[in-house]
Amino acid sequence: MANAEHAQPVLTARAAGLVGCGECGHVYPMGTEACSVCGTELISRDMASLQRVWAWLFAGLVVYVPANVYPMLRTTTLGRTKESTIVGGVFDLIHHGSIGVALIVFVASVVIPVSKFIAIAYLAMRVHKRKPGTSSHFHLYEFVEFIGRWSMIDVFVVAILSALVQLNFVATINPGIAAVSFALSVAFTMISANSFDPKLIWDAPEGKPV
Amino acid sequence: MAYHSRMTDSLSDMIACPKCDALHRVPLLDKGAEAKCVRCGTVLMAPRDGAMTRIVMLSLTALILMIAAVFFPFLKLSVQGLGRESSVFDAILSFSDGLMLPLSFAVAALIVVLPMMRFIALIYVFAPMALGWAPARHAKAVYKLAETVRPWAMAEIFIIGVAVALVKVAGLAQVTLGPAFWAFVGLVIVTVLKDNFMCRVTVWQTLNTRSPS
Repeated sequence: MANAEHAQPVLTARAAGLVGCGECGHVYPMGTEACSVCGTELISRDMASLQRVWAWLFAGLVVYVPANVYPMLRTTTLGRTKESTIVGGVFDLIHHGSIGVALIVFVASVVIPVSKFIAIAYLAMRVHKRKPGTSSHFHLYEFVEFIGRWSMIDVFVVAILSALVQLNFVATINPGIAAVSFALSVAFTMISANSFDPKLIWDAPEGKPV
Repeated sequence: MAYHSRMTDSLSDMIACPKCDALHRVPLLDKGAEAKCVRCGTVLMAPRDGAMTRIVMLSLTALILMIAAVFFPFLKLSVQGLGRESSVFDAILSFSDGLMLPLSFAVAALIVVLPMMRFIALIYVFAPMALGWAPARHAKAVYKLAETVRPWAMAEIFIIGVAVALVKVAGLAQVTLGPAFWAFVGLVIVTVLKDNFMCRVTVWQTLNTRSPS
């Protein structure tokens, strides 16, 4: 893989005057409007997708702030209520000695979202500056697209805990408002990554904005 | 395999990688072989023996497991003589007060509705073809829907969430796993197996050649 960047030059459909379907791969003469196989609209390079990428990314970033500030869980044990945020929950787990699980939660709710913001912004900036990408940029994109949904773990943990721990006076766990904004943040960044046209990563410099 | 020189081939002999636009000549593949894009490594074609029958069978299995997983008791918590059983359905309803209600719908969609929708869609698309019939009406649209829903079907993530939740309450109380938990684990394994049999470009080609035009 080390030499992947110096691999043989590849003829793209666009360079051949053709347009390939982003869904099923069938090729048509440039200018064809829709794929006759799967009905998808044919766009050689979707520069407009970048606007959607930025909009959803920004929305995700905005709701990620309250997700970290407000409590994710409200635990009531023997009449005393304790609220914990996402990071607070991680510290609680470390306190209980569950380092491994604390790591899973920390990676899923802090490391993945933050690196996702940075990675998507970085890839989109490169397209704006019309720098040609290499296979490592493409793999970064694939990784971001694959890993994003796993951030939802923490929302599910809160849902399960709240359903399970309802023992009246002894112990009760209820969801906090951060659960909503965190779920929204994950969803928005997933839409952002899905809107990205990966073909732009490879050959932005030849592209004319459509 | 990359397409380099002549421009005389007809367009139907060529395929453009959906991820990087590299142009390839459609290769003749043996069953079980795989064709990958020369530039980005995306799997372009992967014809497999009996893939359609397997997808239908696995989707059907997943659908039955899902019904069991939703309504049987999932986990049981007991502490100082107090016990509480909850099903997946309870987990969904846990966000059901006030502001949290939309989240309740979202969780229901992510772990039950969307995965189930995908299974039904895949059965609808592949069952007639597995039997050797022409694809059902609107099979293409239904398959497209199933592919759109794919990243949002999060059953496997839910299972990891359950594992984390178990560790969190382990100190607080005793937790027993119910039958629905195992149904859900089975469901996740079946889903992963099924997705391994599906190659998007191959499916589109089959749908296209078998459709009456």
